[in-house]
Formats: sequence, C-alpha cells, structure tokens
Amino acid sequence: MSDQTPVPALSPLDAEGVQAAVDAALAAFAAAEDLDALKEARIAHAGDRSPLALANRGIGGLAHTDKAEAGKRVGAARGRVNQALAARTVELEADRDARVLREESVDVTLPSDRGATGARHPISWIQERIADFFVGMGWEIAEGPELEAEWFNFDALNFGVDHPARQMQDTFFVEHPEGPDAGASGLVLRTHTSPVQARSLLERELPVYVACPGRTFRTDELDASHSPVFHQVEGLAIDKGLTMAHLQGTLDHFARAMFGPEARTRLRPSFFPFTEPSAEMDLWFPQKKGGPGWIEWGGCGMVNPNVLRSVGVDPDLYQGFAFGMGIERTLMLRHGIADMYDIVEGDVRFSLQLEGTI
Amino acid sequence: MPRIPLTWLGEHVALRPGTTAETLAADLVKVGLEEEEIHGAQVTGPLVVGRVLTEVGEPQKNGKTIHWCTVDVGPQHNEANPVDPAGPPSRGIICGAHNFGAGDLVVVALPGTTLPGGFHITARKTYGHVSDGMICSVRELGIGDDHTGILVLDDDVMARYGMDPAAVVPGADARTLLGLADEVLEINVTPDRGYCFSMRGVAREYSHSTGAEFTDPALPTAADLAPAPGGFAVEPADEAPIHGVPGCDRFVAQVVRGVDPTRPSPGWMQRRLTQAGMRPISLAVDVTNYVMLDLGQPLHAYDLASLVAPIVVRRAAPGETLTTLDDVTRRLDPEDLLITDSAGGHGSRILGLAGVMGGAETEVTAVTTDLLIEGAHFDPITVARTSRRHKLPSEAAKRFERGVDPQLQRVAVRRCAELITTYGGGQITDELTDVGSPVEQVTITLPLDLPERVVGVAYTADEVLGTLRALGCGLGEVRAEGGRDVVDATVPSWRPDLQMPVDLVEEVARLTGYDRIGSVLPTAPAGRGFTHAQRMRRRVADALADAGLVETLSYPFVGAAEMDALGWPAEDPRRRTVRLVNPLAETQPELRTAVLLTLGQTARRNVSRGQSDLAIFEVGLVTVADGAAAEAPTGGVYPGDDVVAKIRAAVPTQPRHVAGVLAGRREPAGWWGAGRPADHTDAIEAVRLVARTVGAAVEVRAADAMPWHPGRCAEVLVDGRVIGHAGELHPSVVGALDLPPRAVAFEVDLDALIDAAPDAPRQAVPVSTFPLAKEDLAFVVDASVTAAELTEAVRTGATTSVAGDVLEDLRLFDVYTGAQLGTGTKSLAFALRLRAADRTLTNDEIVAVRESAVAEAARRCGAVLRS
Repeated sequence: MSDQTPVPALSPLDAEGVQAAVDAALAAFAAAEDLDALKEARIAHAGDRSPLALANRGIGGLAHTDKAEAGKRVGAARGRVNQALAARTVELEADRDARVLREESVDVTLPSDRGATGARHPISWIQERIADFFVGMGWEIAEGPELEAEWFNFDALNFGVDHPARQMQDTFFVEHPEGPDAGASGLVLRTHTSPVQARSLLERELPVYVACPGRTFRTDELDASHSPVFHQVEGLAIDKGLTMAHLQGTLDHFARAMFGPEARTRLRPSFFPFTEPSAEMDLWFPQKKGGPGWIEWGGCGMVNPNVLRSVGVDPDLYQGFAFGMGIERTLMLRHGIADMYDIVEGDVRFSLQLEGTI
Repeated sequence: MPRIPLTWLGEHVALRPGTTAETLAADLVKVGLEEEEIHGAQVTGPLVVGRVLTEVGEPQKNGKTIHWCTVDVGPQHNEANPVDPAGPPSRGIICGAHNFGAGDLVVVALPGTTLPGGFHITARKTYGHVSDGMICSVRELGIGDDHTGILVLDDDVMARYGMDPAAVVPGADARTLLGLADEVLEINVTPDRGYCFSMRGVAREYSHSTGAEFTDPALPTAADLAPAPGGFAVEPADEAPIHGVPGCDRFVAQVVRGVDPTRPSPGWMQRRLTQAGMRPISLAVDVTNYVMLDLGQPLHAYDLASLVAPIVVRRAAPGETLTTLDDVTRRLDPEDLLITDSAGGHGSRILGLAGVMGGAETEVTAVTTDLLIEGAHFDPITVARTSRRHKLPSEAAKRFERGVDPQLQRVAVRRCAELITTYGGGQITDELTDVGSPVEQVTITLPLDLPERVVGVAYTADEVLGTLRALGCGLGEVRAEGGRDVVDATVPSWRPDLQMPVDLVEEVARLTGYDRIGSVLPTAPAGRGFTHAQRMRRRVADALADAGLVETLSYPFVGAAEMDALGWPAEDPRRRTVRLVNPLAETQPELRTAVLLTLGQTARRNVSRGQSDLAIFEVGLVTVADGAAAEAPTGGVYPGDDVVAKIRAAVPTQPRHVAGVLAGRREPAGWWGAGRPADHTDAIEAVRLVARTVGAAVEVRAADAMPWHPGRCAEVLVDGRVIGHAGELHPSVVGALDLPPRAVAFEVDLDALIDAAPDAPRQAVPVSTFPLAKEDLAFVVDASVTAAELTEAVRTGATTSVAGDVLEDLRLFDVYTGAQLGTGTKSLAFALRLRAADRTLTNDEIVAVRESAVAEAARRCGAVLRS
C-alpha cells in the first residue's frame, strides 16, 4: 500500500481519462517484475480505490441517459485491465515457479549408494546361466547329493572296483557310520556330477534330456588352477536314434552360448568307463595365451550300454550321449581369471567385481 | 606316463621325414594319445667329433698339470692353428684330464653348445691360453656317471654306442652319434590302452594315425609257437582266484647260462633307458627293462644258482611277510599273488609279489653267470590290488593292471635272452618252460551298420572292415543275422579292452577320425522348465543379493576348531558329523552340519582383509549324520528296485541351508550421515525376506542357542518346527572369529522353508475401493510382554468385533520406555488401517473394532490403553 494519496476522482464520462487510467494500469502491470510488485499495481489500478473502481462507483450517480454509455466504457476498461492483470499474473507465477526449481537444484553427482551393495557369486550365476541355456533347449535340470553312494558314483557308471580309472579319481572316502573300524561305508564325496546320470535314468521317464550343474570333490591340493572342491555341469540325453553328431551339435551350440558366435568344439578320442565311444572336448579359444588354439574343456561320449543296463534301460532301444565340463574352467576362460584362489576364498571383492557381467 | 624317444619309435614304424616331438604329438592326439610333455634334445649346438692333433702338458703352480691341445674338429669348424700358424687348421682347447693323447678321437663341445643341465660353452681365456671349447667326459654329456676321464671314442666305445666307425670323423655331429639330439615325447595313456605302455603299441597307433608302415616287433617266430621243451619247473598253484580268474595264466621261463657278469649293457641301450626315464643298472636288469619298454612285457631275471625248483605261483598265506627290494618288510594279504621257490620246502620261499616287485634274495648279482628269465601273464585285478595295497606302483604293475598281451611272453623272453647273450656272452639253453593256458581271445559280433547308428557317420562296409583289419582283428565272413549284415571279429591279443560291439564302434570312429563326425542339434521333447524349488532357490539368492548381501562359497570341511569357534557345547547334536577317511587337512576331517561353520571363517577372512562393513551369505548343503553303509553291487546289470532303494536310503540327508553374517554398518556412512550399524533385526529381517520370497509363513520367538547372544537370539519356526535362528552373535563368538563387535548372523533350512510354502496357487482377495479408516492405539504393558504377543492380541481383537474382519493392516510403530511410565513397563503403539470389502465403515463399527482390540489386549497381555 505505498500509494495512499487520494486520486482525483475520475469521471465515468471522461473518455480520455478512462483511457489514460487503462494505459496507466497496463503500463504498471507490465512494469511489475514480480508477484509482489504486481500486487501493488493491482491495488493501485484494479483495487477498490483505483480510479476505474471509483469511476465505476460514480456511474450510479449519473444521469439516466449517460449511464449506459458510461457503464459500457468503464466496464470495457476494467475488463481490459483485469485481463492484462491475469495474463501478467500467469507470467510472473511461471517465472517464480521456474526460479524456485532453479534454486532447488542439487549436485546430482553426489554419491547415491546409501544402501549396501550385494552380489551373487560368479560360480552361482554362471551355473544359472548354463541352466537357462539347457532349459531353453527343452532340457530339464537334474540334481543329486554331494555325498553320494559309491554305487551311483562308480559302479553304475561302469567303473568296476578294480578299474584303474576308479583309482585315478582321487576320491574322498567317507567313514562307516559306526566308526573307522567298521569297514567301508560305500559312500564318497561325488568325484563328478555323473552319478546324476544314473539317478536321472532311474527317476525319469524316457526319453531323458537333463543337465546338472553342481559341486564335486577330488583330493587335489588347492593351487592356481585346481581346487579340491569344484563345480561341473553334466549333460545327458538318452533317446532313440541319438548319435555322436548330436553330441557334437549340442556342444557346439553350448560353446557358442558361453563363448560367442565364433566358438566351436573339437572331439578327440579318449576314455571314460561310462561312455563308448569317448572323447575329450576341446574348445577353440581365440584369447589363448600365446595365440589362438584349442584348449581342453571337458569329456564326453556315447553312454556305455553297461551304464544303461545298470539302471534298467534297454541299450538296444535307447542310446544317447553324456558330457561334463568344469564350471570354474569355463568361468576362468570367459572372464580371464588367472587364480583359482579368487574363486574359492569367498572374498567379497571377487563377487562384487563381476556383478552385472554377461 | 610313457616316454617315447623318437629314434626308438622310428625303429618300428616309418616316421614321416621331418618328424619332431611336436608333430608326433599332433599325430598321436588324433588317435587318443595326449601329449603330457615334450623333453627336448639333451644337448644343443655344435657338439662334434674331434681328433686330438697335439697335446702338451703344462705343470701349474698348484701342482696340477693341464693339457694344452690342438684338436681337429672338421673343416667346417676348424680355424687357424692356435699354436703354429703354419700347422693344420684346428681349435686350441685346455683340458684337465689325462686319459687321452694325440691321435685320439674325442667329443668336443664347441662354443655355442649347451650341455645337459644348461651348461653353456663359450671360448674363455684360462691358464694363459684361449680355450676354444671343451673336451667332454661321459658325465658332462649326461650319458653316465663316469667322471674319471674324458670320453675317448675307441673301438669299444663305438661298438657300445652302436656307432659306424666310418662315420666317426672330425666334425661329425656327436649329438646324433650319442643320441643326444633325440627328442622325447611323453604321452598320457588312458587306462584302457595298456598296450601303449610300449614302443610297439605307440608305433601301431602312429601307423593308425598316419598310415605309415608298421612292422610288429612282437611277431612270433615258428619257434615261439612251438611247444616248449620244458626246463626249470614252474607250478601255477592259485587256490583263491579273484572273480574266478587265475592269478597267473601263463608263465614262461628261459634258462641262459655262461653270461659274463662284468659286461655292461650297451651304451645305446643305456641311452634309451635314460631317455625313457629309467636308470641303467646292469646288463640283465637293463635288458629286461628295455624289452618291457619296447614290447610291453614285464620281465624278471633271477640268479639261477640261487633258485630251488619248483617255482610255485600261489596266494600268500595269512601272516606271511616279505622284504621287498626297497628294504621294506611287508605283511602280506591272502589276496597277494606270490612267486615262490622251494628252498626250505615246496613253495615256501617268497621271491616276489607277482607282477609288482621282486625280492632281494634271488636277484642277479655281480657274479651271476646263469639266469632264469621270467615272462608271465598275471591277472590285472590281482596285480592292481597288490600294487595299491602295498603302495608299489612299479613299471611292471602299471602294465599288468592295464592288461598285458597274453601272447607276448615267448617272444619277449626270447628277445631278452638274445640281447643278454649278444652283449654278455653265454648261451640260450633249450631249458624253456611254458606253462598255463592263456585266456581265449574275445570274438565280437559287430553289426556293420552299428558304427553309423552310434556315431552318425555313414561308414561304408569297407571302411568298417578295413579298420578292424588294421586293428589286428581276425575277421570272419560277413553274414546276415536278424536282417542285418554282421561280422565276427576276433580281437587282437593286445587289446583286452575290446569287449563289446560299441568298443569296436569307437575304434572305427577313432581310426577314421573324429573330425568326420557332423554337428546336429538334437530336438528334445518339450520340457517343464525349472522345478518350483529350483526357481525359489534362485529367487532367494537374488533377493539377498538385491538386499545388499554378497554371496560367497566355502569348502564344507570342518573340524573341532570351527565348532569351538561357534561355541557349540560338547554334547551339541550338531557335532555329530559324517567324517572323511582321507581329509585334505587332518584338522578338518568332518562335513559341516551348519553353513555358519565355514561362512564364519569366510567372514573372518574378509574382515582381516579390511572389509569392516560386511554382509555375506552362502547357500549350500549341510550333511546330517543319519546315513547307513551303502551297498555297491557290480555295475552293468540292474540290481533291482529293493537294492537301489536301500542304496538311496543309505545316503545321508543333505538339506540346503542359507546363512548370512553381517558386521559393521548395514547402511554405509556418507555425506548423508553416519550410516546404520547392523543389528539383530537385520539378521531376522534377512530370514523374513527369505521366507517372504518363497511364500512361507514363519514365526519368530526368543531363543537361546549358540552361536547367538542369549538375549538377542530368535528362533524361526514353520508349522511349529524350528528351522533356523537369527540374531546377534555371542560376544565370545565375535571374539573367536575376530569380527567387529555386535556382528549378527542367521541360518535357516531353505529346503524346509520351500517345503512349508503352500504349493497350490494362492487365491487373491479383491481390492476394496471403500474409504479407509485409521486408528492408532498405544498400550502400556509389563516389560516381559513381547511385541509378537501383544500384536497377536490386537490383531485377534481387531478382527473379531461386530464389524467383522475389516483390519487391512496392523503395524507396530512405536516402542517407549521411560520416566512417564512405571518401572518394569513399556508402551507399544499400533497403527490400524480398517476397511471393509463391501461398505463404508460406520463410526460405531470403528469404535467396536477399537474396543474389541483393546479388550483382547487387556485380556491376553494385561495391556492398558495409554492415556
């Protein structure tokens, strides 16, 4: 209320005066730089005591004949003034809102990690990725115990008690439940995921297409490339008419899923008691130290008829293939991990650094 | 694993020109013999024959005399005569040895040569001359121990090393003459291919791989096939065969008389033995080893004079002992097969463990002139068990347990006798014993289309038959059987691994090349995806990781120390474990019964590495000691449902647990403030998160169990059964694990949680759009009343008023203790959200709910509404 000086009464009949009042109002509104200034201008030019308001009030005292013209003139003038006021108000409110938002700006580069950061272990998520791959092909994921009956781990897989291959497996043996002097327990920590082959064929209807990622054990000392506790993925397909070409096709597809479209595999003759023919599987590895080349990825072959007989499957009707590869090795190759210790020690920095990788 | 010197292999099969250990490895891997290691040439560089031209002794101040020599090392190596410029071109060399003179042929390592042990030769100034190379001794060349003088290439030496004297001229490559340029390939032989523990077998495989011409060095002569006249008496007398297989099914013994015991084995043989990884010892021993390496038949030479007929091959009697060549006295097992003679009674003196190791008493000595050479065939299982039992993995045992060719004995014994008499003199007598009847060779009927049906390659009949022939199979006529063409294949005697038609299929695939196998992706029938448990396990691990916990893995091996660290009392049932017979560490022979046993150690390691704010979890199996001993019937035949069920039942229960440890700050400090330390609620909430994730309803109540703080431990129940614990760790456990103070932990049986979750789809409740009514209630209760009890009372009251169940949500939002309340009391405040499914609640209804809740809280817990 800065301007309380009495305004000379404006006659509603004074056309020039009314126009001047309008002009003055519009100029004052335009000159108002913020909502406070506009408020003052509003009071001065559109308030109850503004010239136009007073002129409006003066209409009542006019002669009847003048009322219509005066009313029209003053009404139009006030309309223009109010319109201009409204428009300016919108403008200034928008300005104010924009300024407030500007003033509220913050440093968006400040740290935002108010919560703890977690991660899965790479051995876990690569097993899940492998499982997803096989499920995508219509296979199922089979499971078995880590502490396993020797029969499943060896005998059912055609490893006879005296077979040299059984001796070569560096097996962890388990004490008899009644103590060390009670004889052999017939239980071992599984040396491979292959006992799941026998379990799957006993439990499932044929045909069987299963993969089994899981933990396995051998009495190797821990070093940069070996761990006594490690993981494998086993694959088993038993159906009518499966051949080694289907084995190779599956491995090639799997290799591409793990190592990219250029990956391929090669089979070379080998021996496993539970497959015949048997093969070592090599992977073409462009990043191999010392230049691209083949590196060993796993073992495989056509399931030995003796294994099928052990679990009551007729080998004259059904045949198929099995394969197994090391998960640690797969992980180390994919991610350039040089030291097995990083995988097995449980240091959170290892899990965290590979979180979110493909 | 067998070491293959290339020059030796080349005697049996035509190696392709330019063959190196590397190319040989590439050829052999195609047929399944993997490279283990390449042992390079022992000597590299210019090692040449030299003729000593002049030799002048020069006494030194220290009393020694050195020899200043000029040596003709061939036109390509000679330089201007260092003594007399007008003299013949040569090199000047200083030598300390005295056993040579001008005119002798010697071996000279010229500058640039590297001798065994990495000894690099350069020209050097010494004793006032420039010595331009070295004249070598046997030891410096790595071909013997003799260091008394340098190696003079006289007639004897040339003969010993099989050198052609015409080739031994100055400048000739001495590496070739002495075999020091040979590369050796060490291969890895799979357990089915025992015959590849011989040059004979590897040569055959090389021929399979490359098509190179192969001459079997073990082809029997007419004499080898003729009946033996009989000689030293031998009696196979196995009264306890294993699996019905006689321990010894063939025993050939040849007497050789008049051998000169002072004669060494030839240098070439010693060199080959060394290259193959065996130490030369004496003529008789070296020859038996040489023939074994060459043909694959382990042999033994006895001092005939010390033997008393008959030799008896029998099982050990209980209580018998034997002192073996390694000076260890061994208690024998009744399964051990023994070679005995009759000194002191029929079969009463033990000569050795058959096929494994001999004894000292009848060994060939430095005065032995008459020998008995044994070549026998022993049961692989008998030898394998004895070798394992006595931890004697001898070269002989390695071969017998993988299967030795049962037709090889006569040939090998003859070859052995020939080599001994060639290099040691004496005669092969007609005292030749050949007893026993080796197993019949296996005949397999192979359908000709089986290889294609198994391998997926369209092999022609000619390819299949040709492969079998190349293997050495005897083939019958192709005939029709059951509508298919089949052939009867008699497998060669050296392939005991070939037993079934698919064994021959592998041979067809292997010999024609695995690279012919195509790549076809099979179409599996439609699968059912993951099981519910598989999906839930993954969701649980993901949920914990999303909640800021890091997954780790640990070995499941534990011992008393890990259990002590968790403060488990001595009688704690969790200390009942499954134990390993052969643990990695003697201090950790048990399998964990709780994940926290090993996860606690993981936490300790992380903290010790500076991770003071820690949140980790592990999902893994634990082992309950509830198993029995499991049967292990022979494979290859289905043992029946009952047996399989018993085997399954014997395997201990191995539930999957999830456990976690949190220490330090749960929420990190930052520019926003000091963060928040982990406390018992974080552990309990982690368990609730797991339960929510799998859809299981859990109850939490106070408990007291190690390793938790007795006043800050919750047990977690499903359906009234305890399935885990959570809370703050006991201070003594925190101390034992070196964790930051107030660390917390949880462990629950994840399998039990997943099982407890309803497996039928949960049914949805319609979302009400009627107005919400909010009511807050603050109660004063005795301090001993738990939040859970009061909450339950309020819930029951609020849902059982005349308004019906209109409680949409109930939340405890404040706990207060303090001066405004009486001592021994506390105040708990609840926010109730009320909404009906079908109407707007009236004021009367809201009051009714409120009053019912208050009444029930008062009735159950003595709660008073706080004014």
